[in-house]
Amino acid sequence: MAKTRDALIDPLFNNNPIALQVLGICSALAVTTRMDTALVMSVAVVVVIMSSNFFVSALRNQIPTNIRIIVQLTIIASLVIVVDQVLKAYLFELSKQLTVFVGLIITNCIIMGRAEAYAMQNPPGMSLIDGLGNGLGYGAILMITAFIRELLGSGTVFGTTVLPLASEAGWYTPNGLMVLSPAAFFIIGFLIWALRSWKTDQVEAE
Amino acid sequence: MQGSVLYNLGFAAIVCVACAIVVSSSAVALRERQEINQTLDMQRNVLVAAGLAAPDEALEPDEIEARFAPITQVVIDRETGAATDADPTGFDPRAAAADPDTSEAAPPNNAGLQRVADQALVYELRGDGGALDLVVLPVHGLGLWGILYGFVALDADLETIRGLTYYEHKETPGLGGEVDNPRWKSLWNGRKAFGPDGAPAIEVIKGLAGPPADDPYRVDGLAGATMTSRGVTNMLRFWLDEQGFGPYLEALRTRRDG
Repeated sequence: MAKTRDALIDPLFNNNPIALQVLGICSALAVTTRMDTALVMSVAVVVVIMSSNFFVSALRNQIPTNIRIIVQLTIIASLVIVVDQVLKAYLFELSKQLTVFVGLIITNCIIMGRAEAYAMQNPPGMSLIDGLGNGLGYGAILMITAFIRELLGSGTVFGTTVLPLASEAGWYTPNGLMVLSPAAFFIIGFLIWALRSWKTDQVEAE
Repeated sequence: MQGSVLYNLGFAAIVCVACAIVVSSSAVALRERQEINQTLDMQRNVLVAAGLAAPDEALEPDEIEARFAPITQVVIDRETGAATDADPTGFDPRAAAADPDTSEAAPPNNAGLQRVADQALVYELRGDGGALDLVVLPVHGLGLWGILYGFVALDADLETIRGLTYYEHKETPGLGGEVDNPRWKSLWNGRKAFGPDGAPAIEVIKGLAGPPADDPYRVDGLAGATMTSRGVTNMLRFWLDEQGFGPYLEALRTRRDG
């Protein structure tokens, strides 16, 4: 039971795919200007990583070692295309804003990394939970970053005005940096700093 | 058995076939819904340009269809300006502009266009008795980072701009991306597209322009986005002129004046 809990909880803070392993940064920069796009992206990644972990794990004893990477990639790519198609059919507006970044989940190292590092060695049930944990760990960082960027960059949270903008007769002058990609770099950098100050064992040896 | 070349090939083949079936069946099953979404999205953008819907208005699909119902889609021949009998529902402007059979090299222009389609899809709103209320024209051209795609709506006088909206662009958020700002878009309503000599005169300037009555040919510039502002001017000048929708607008004028 403890192992199950660890597989789920560990990736959130102790072994966060973005903050500790520094994977999946590209999409984290691109989709975090607004919380709704970040949420859809997080859910998409959770779905893909859970299913890819599950299928890879279910086939782990059959997958020939020397072609395992390409087999994993084929499974992941297929899942991503299906997710992309579903978004285009049911969440058209948001999928338009996410543009290529849903498709680029294929290249998100977190998913390949979990398939190779965890699902190839563990049974499907545990792999599913590991996928959920890592997906949530990725999503948590995405949502925190998106919250800060949307609030300071556009004065809104999930599209609802919190800080009325000066250009629309309010008082808040938005921070232009926050809507540009470098802001996500700074915020994620600060998050990593905060996390490592709290959990000092994450600090790499000099 | 496992590890042999035959096993690897067989395994790879099975995985490929299984994945191909999953991917293609999801694409086929969802295609209809996706196409409906795309059509609704385009109709919505036309409505926004025409001033029949607010940019941030939440609209149910049937509401969009109801508002779009009085609008006629017409595929026109760009050079003659005459309506063609091509089916507007299947018309894809971008595919037409990319295909050498249905497009030609663009005349020298500063809107950043390489090719222009021979035909174009326009939207006419006609009142009772068939008199034109307004017409919505598709425009596109280069900004700073890429092509901006949008619609411009002209009033029945074929001179006064009713609205301008972009539905796709890659401009910098907060700077050039302000082409999406409803306040900036509202500045277009009432401006004159053509000068006294009949040539396109509308221009996005640096700084602030006066109200439409005093300053009919100029619109406020986008702060910090000179290239985007210039791109908007250039694309409107191109599409409203002879190589663009000039002949079509002329045909509409002739038809109106009898």
